[in-house]
Amino acid sequence: MIEISGLAKRFGTHEVLKSLDASILANKITAIVGHNGSGKTTLIKCLLGLDQYEAGTIRINDYQLTADWNYRAQIGYMSQIARFPENLSAREVITMISDLRQGSPTQATELIQYFHLDDEMDKPLKTLSGGTRQKVNAVVSFMFNPDLLILDEPTAGLDPISSSSLKDRILSEKEQGKTIVITSHIMSEIQELADTILYLLDGKIFFDGPVDVLIKQTGEKNLERAMAKLMS
Amino acid sequence: MNTLLKIIKYQLHDLLRGKWVLVYTAVFFVLTDGLFRFGGDSDQVSLSLMNIVLFVIPLVSIVFGTMFFYNSREFIELLLSQPISRAALFLGLYLGLSLPLSAVFLVGVGVPFIYHAGFLGGAYWILLLAGTSLTCVFTGIAFLIAVHYEQRVKGIGVAIVLWLLLAILYDGIIMFILFALEEYPLEKLTLILSMLNPIDLGRILILLQFDIAALMGYTGALFTKFYGNHIGTVIALLTLGIWCAAPVWLGFRAFLKKDF
Repeated sequence: MIEISGLAKRFGTHEVLKSLDASILANKITAIVGHNGSGKTTLIKCLLGLDQYEAGTIRINDYQLTADWNYRAQIGYMSQIARFPENLSAREVITMISDLRQGSPTQATELIQYFHLDDEMDKPLKTLSGGTRQKVNAVVSFMFNPDLLILDEPTAGLDPISSSSLKDRILSEKEQGKTIVITSHIMSEIQELADTILYLLDGKIFFDGPVDVLIKQTGEKNLERAMAKLMS
Repeated sequence: MNTLLKIIKYQLHDLLRGKWVLVYTAVFFVLTDGLFRFGGDSDQVSLSLMNIVLFVIPLVSIVFGTMFFYNSREFIELLLSQPISRAALFLGLYLGLSLPLSAVFLVGVGVPFIYHAGFLGGAYWILLLAGTSLTCVFTGIAFLIAVHYEQRVKGIGVAIVLWLLLAILYDGIIMFILFALEEYPLEKLTLILSMLNPIDLGRILILLQFDIAALMGYTGALFTKFYGNHIGTVIALLTLGIWCAAPVWLGFRAFLKKDF
């Protein structure tokens, strides 16, 4: 699904990604993990074309990323912090995006019900709580039914109920054949969701493999302890 | 309707939500109307307006432009993760601000002029043209600054300092250079210096339309002497055109490469 080779990105003198190679499999949930500042978000932003990289190539579905932007129609991106024009309501944002990309948000109505957002849709976004905004963010990234979902710490700021329903949703999207890339610092969550782990360390992939293999390799009882052993 | 037009449409929506558009129009309207009521003929009104146009338009365009770009940050980040081209987004943002700002100026100054003078004289056209060009130039510079500086406070600071430099300090700097180098022939240097400042160009452009060499200052007089009124006007207009395009083009290039 996604092939990354020799990807390098620096901010000033700080090298964030150093000739990184990785592949992300189709119809799987791949978790990108690593300590704070290890380049998880940068890697994701390179996939989306939000960050420009110095070297390397990225292929998504055999399409090599250039300055072209059409490929983003297949991607649903949920950013770490929901960024919306603050004066608009969630409904206006959905209408605006659908209008601009000339797509029909086939899943929007169903998602709004799924996340119980009906009463929040017409309020200005600046009046909504962090968790509610995050749910709107989820609706916006899922609503066009994209093949590839890129979720940057999707459950941050959500209450346990919303967090569980988002996780259920992610699993059901996978069952429908979607490819999902997720980052998180909550290891139990990753153990619950992910098939494969990409562990980023010093701008390179330190571990790439299935979750249970990692746990077995380290001889620990769960992913959190396995990761802690790996990181120390 | 293509993406560019749609982005302009959403920017217009956003602008019209704020009251400042009305205030900006009203200021120009009241001013022009007032100048007529105090008994000026259209030439006198044009000259009085010139000074306001040369100070206010660059200030409003550069400060408001920078703030506008920083305020659109969320909108930009949201749209960049969608299948929308960066080029269309940047041009949409630029036109979505420079067009309404120009329109507001044209309406605010143009309507009372037609109402009082009944026509738009030649000099008056040039005044409108200079105001519109300066709006485009300084919104472009504002965008260039805002793309370049990540921090809002820094960006707005740079914008205000640049305005001070071009609108107020520039003449002083020219005078200083002329005094320091008075032993040498300075005509060419002065002409080049005046072309490097769009506000100076605007002033020369307007003054060339009136037969008042004494009011033109050194640079204006030189322009007339070197090129005559007609060619001088054409050269000033062309240079202003370059000034409209250059900052937008540089900002555009930087925007395409920027990390969000």
